[in-house]
Amino acid sequence: MSTLLKIENLHVRVAGREILKGVSLTVNAGEVHAIMGPNGAGKSTLGNVLAGREGYEVTEGTIAYRGRNLLDLEPEERAAEGVFLAFQYPVEIPGVNNTYFLRAALNAQRRHRGEPELDSMQFLKRVREKLAVLHLKDELLHRAVNEGFSGGEKKRNEIFQMALLEPTLAILDETDSGLDIDALKMVADGVNAMRAPDRAFVVITHYQRLLDYIVPDFVHVLADGRIVESGDRTLAHRLDEHGYAWIAERKLVGAA
Amino acid sequence: MASALLEALLECDEGSRGPAWLADARRAAADALAREGLPGARNEAWKYTSLRALEQSRPTRDSDALTRAVDASLFALPVDGPRLVFVNGVYRADLSHVQSIEGASISTLGATANGELDPWRALLARNYESVDAAFARLNTALVADGPLIRVAPSARIDAPIHLVFVGAGRDIAWNARVLIELGERASLRVIEHHVGADATAQLGNIVVQASLGAAARLDLVQIQDTAADATLIRRSEISLADDATLSSHVLEIGARLARHDLDVDLRGRGARFVSRGVFALRGRQHADTHLDIRHDARDTTSDIMWRGVADDRARGVFHGAITVARGADGADANLSNKNLLLSPNAEIDTQPVLEIYADEVKAAHGATVGQLDERALFYLRSRGLPPDEARHLLIAAFCATALAEVPADLRAHLEAMLTARLPQIGDA
Repeated sequence: MSTLLKIENLHVRVAGREILKGVSLTVNAGEVHAIMGPNGAGKSTLGNVLAGREGYEVTEGTIAYRGRNLLDLEPEERAAEGVFLAFQYPVEIPGVNNTYFLRAALNAQRRHRGEPELDSMQFLKRVREKLAVLHLKDELLHRAVNEGFSGGEKKRNEIFQMALLEPTLAILDETDSGLDIDALKMVADGVNAMRAPDRAFVVITHYQRLLDYIVPDFVHVLADGRIVESGDRTLAHRLDEHGYAWIAERKLVGAA
Repeated sequence: MASALLEALLECDEGSRGPAWLADARRAAADALAREGLPGARNEAWKYTSLRALEQSRPTRDSDALTRAVDASLFALPVDGPRLVFVNGVYRADLSHVQSIEGASISTLGATANGELDPWRALLARNYESVDAAFARLNTALVADGPLIRVAPSARIDAPIHLVFVGAGRDIAWNARVLIELGERASLRVIEHHVGADATAQLGNIVVQASLGAAARLDLVQIQDTAADATLIRRSEISLADDATLSSHVLEIGARLARHDLDVDLRGRGARFVSRGVFALRGRQHADTHLDIRHDARDTTSDIMWRGVADDRARGVFHGAITVARGADGADANLSNKNLLLSPNAEIDTQPVLEIYADEVKAAHGATVGQLDERALFYLRSRGLPPDEARHLLIAAFCATALAEVPADLRAHLEAMLTARLPQIGDA
């Protein structure tokens, strides 16, 4: 089993404040990892650092992706190398047609990888296949990127983009927040359809609910910038029963 | 306090042409110019646009306008209709094609006999009371040519009329006048298209006057793509009777110094004005757009959306004034102007002004000057687009929203013209 992502002792500052305080995490191909934790624990910071967002200063530690230093790569290089972040708050881009954007993005990635670009016929064929798998209406394609989309539509669009771009490492940042149960199932179906031996997922979530549909191999609890607990899927259920305070109490007991 | 520039320009006058009333109007305009000159640095309406450099120039009338070779590919557009070409303000039959259209009468000022100009008197002899309109005075004093278009009541002209103004040659000054009259329920599409045949300094001065009868509709597309060293002063005055509609699109990408005054008078009840415009400037270009919209009747609507982009050391000015007169109840005015600065040395000044003297008015305005949205940029990059491609895509989309309602035959062409002026992929 090959290691896709190896994070060691990661410290990250945002606006002068230390948010991640020594995170270590190893993700192998084929695995699904869930990162849970209370608000403000640093979950989204982890996702943003992996995608290469500006303003996140790594002060200590390393991130290796497929054996390379991920921090050396620009955001678009990470994308072309197979890293995908489903945004917690997808950005509305008026005037940019969704289909046009996706084809430009996919072809930019393919150019980077030395693969031939897809013409519009080939691209549309691929789009239709993915739409069918995700039970999406193609009306989505004709609109501007996320413009006027409902919260649920934005999240579905993230999953659709993921399906189309076929990343190797997909990070879902609270994709479940604000979704009703049908949208949640659709998101989960999309992820489950893509699970593959050469692909891994990091699912960041506040609630255990999503993990009923996307069954993780590992669950990690992130609190105050550190992973304080790791376990199998049953950890998510225990968290759901006892709440995050339970972790903090256990830590206190352990420290005493 | 006439400047040397004005003296030089007025010397170009060939004497009082036209009927007596026009000769009077020309003299009055020239006198006002001689008395008050051009707007100075303290003039509020011109405070962002200095004429000092222009006043150092001594352009003259073009004596070769009828014979200059002009490449017709300069102004090719994917539209099918009559085309009238004016080179340095002079009609060029050899470059034009005007077939007869039922319900429309198309002629030129230069070829119209004195006695037949009377129907245009109110427009041609308009008295400009303020020094703000000094260039309109200049135009009245000197103009010799330009298209005259009249559409009969209820006539709907589908073929767009393409009016081309070519600036050519060094140190030339020219004037042109466009007069349009639409009868009741008439409709017309007009494309006013400015191009430059060569990159030399010159001064163009055009006044467009349109009068829309009740329930008439004018679709006006103005493309300002003249030469990079040219100065182009434009004034568009349009008045709308009851239930008339003006749909206006402006694309400003050319000229070293461009000034456009767009004056719209919603004088008839239920008259409606939809304004879309975009300027994209680079280098040391300077473009100043002044909208002066007057709601003078009940239930009138203005819906204004402009976009601006400035790169390098360019400067853009947008002044959007909407006045709702006493008694113009039920007026609905909406103005939005968003701008992008692409360089730390570029500058954009935007000023929306609402003056409301009526009751029960709906009015909203908003203006912003900002930079590219970093979140949007990161979003596109996170999907694999390189930064310059992502920037280009965002800027083009930002501008293109102002062209979304241009008829399809023209839209792709205008978008391509616009896109060619934006920072290119690989420029960074």
